[in-house]
Amino acid sequence: MSAPTLPLETPATATRDPALDAIVFRDVHMAFENNMVLDGISFCLQRGETKALFGVAGSGKSTILKLALGLLKPDSGAIYALGQEVSAMREEELFALRRKLGIVFQESALFDSLTVHDNVAYRLMEERNVPADELEHKVREVLRFVELEHTLDMLPAELSGGMRRRVAIARAIIDEPEVLLYDSPTGGLDPVTSNTIIELIVKQRDVFKTSSLLVTHRLQDAFTMATHRFDRHTNQMQALPPGGKTEVPMSFLLLRDGKIIFDGDLHALAHSTDEYIREYIS
Amino acid sequence: MAAGDFLSDIELISPSEFVKKKIQSVQAYSLLAFHSLLNLFRSPLYIADMTQQADMIGFGSLPIVLAAVFFTGAAVALNSATTLSRFGATSVIGQLVSISIVRELGPVLAGLVVAGRNSSGMASELGSMIVTEQIDAMRALGTDPLKKLVTPRVLATIIMMFFLTILGDLLGLTGGSVVASLLLHMDAHAYWSSAWQTLEFSDVFMGLVKPLVFGFIIATIGCYYGLSTKGGTQGVGRATTEAVVAAMILIIVVDVFVTRFLMVLLGS
Repeated sequence: MSAPTLPLETPATATRDPALDAIVFRDVHMAFENNMVLDGISFCLQRGETKALFGVAGSGKSTILKLALGLLKPDSGAIYALGQEVSAMREEELFALRRKLGIVFQESALFDSLTVHDNVAYRLMEERNVPADELEHKVREVLRFVELEHTLDMLPAELSGGMRRRVAIARAIIDEPEVLLYDSPTGGLDPVTSNTIIELIVKQRDVFKTSSLLVTHRLQDAFTMATHRFDRHTNQMQALPPGGKTEVPMSFLLLRDGKIIFDGDLHALAHSTDEYIREYIS
Repeated sequence: MAAGDFLSDIELISPSEFVKKKIQSVQAYSLLAFHSLLNLFRSPLYIADMTQQADMIGFGSLPIVLAAVFFTGAAVALNSATTLSRFGATSVIGQLVSISIVRELGPVLAGLVVAGRNSSGMASELGSMIVTEQIDAMRALGTDPLKKLVTPRVLATIIMMFFLTILGDLLGLTGGSVVASLLLHMDAHAYWSSAWQTLEFSDVFMGLVKPLVFGFIIATIGCYYGLSTKGGTQGVGRATTEAVVAAMILIIVVDVFVTRFLMVLLGS
């Protein structure tokens, strides 16, 4: 039985000016060696919104993030990031845009020959016009945010999986990007460490209100994000009251067989009558 | 296991698909090689990275290059002495060793040794970065991997190959001198005088242009195979081996064409 799909072009993507949104995908197709991974994907991530992207392994979730960043080019369709058509830009033109986008890779992708300090400072060092004391201040500030200031001189190989993930988050946020992309930030981590990472993402969401696209295969992570908020007074994540909503709008996207079968909020997801969706979230 | 099961596990590629893949590889390599040189005229230039690579490639390869060319010079002297003694012409050993080493053996041996050591190193380092998404991370952070990783390696290898070949040639002549003096009882002064005087501009020019070409081949091949790695750690191992084999074969093949081209250019 083929997956039920949303209308090819929803009102949100068909006529809306892409400059108004953080990320826009319009009828994107992508295949790897005759295997159709994305088959007409259309959605938008609004400015200031957080969207969680689900799907089984191999459903194209990570591919969507790489396409948004221009690391891959689609076979057809258009992709916009902060109003610029990423899918039509050359690699040299993308470097300036990527400075406004941050990404946390699935396995952290830290540079293993550089210390934590140099990894986090990488983008600022490449810009070459940041004074040394300002650079140092920013590095310490973001490492303090992820509670890893004591690891400045360590190499990635000396860190645990969770610590590497937190350093990767610090590296992604140091330049205050307008959009953050998370590729399975809790993948391969134990429940306690996963919770620490989610708490950090919720903190980043609620403190800086950055538009975020979060790819995950763990429903509980997205549900935690949708039902909790970061309390700046206690410096901890707290559950929202029943029926309460997060300060930052949060939505969910579900992929199946290369198509989007759901795009909506938590309430709509929980009350969906689609058989596959109900089985997926059960 | 039945023959049928074995045959069914073999993945067959159509000839057209095979040719298409090879042409695409040549295209990708050509683009990488072109951009590696073009980036020398575009900012930013990663001088610190280039210096670090020059240290690793140059000083790291020095002992093995010197040893290889020294003993090859000694072997050339030993082998040629046997033949020349039949004609009573052992006095020309210095000239023979000199021309052989400076024109051909010095640059080619240095190239092969450096290819074995550094092409593999580059392929494995860049291949590991590919499979751990570090290259994607670099691109995502706004850095061009070709400028940051490839161009410094290409420039460092070209420069270091030039100096390694000069030093290698000196040690090659020394190896010949040791054999000539100790085994053939030839006067060292006579050996060195004949070795030096027989060299012409064309010999030296040829012997110093080749290492520049070989350095370019070594670095671009190593970087190409590294950045084309697919298939995890097994892919890294495969890329490393293929880089060394390709670099060595290309050096040997290109040597013939460069030699012929320079002979025509210099009219020798």
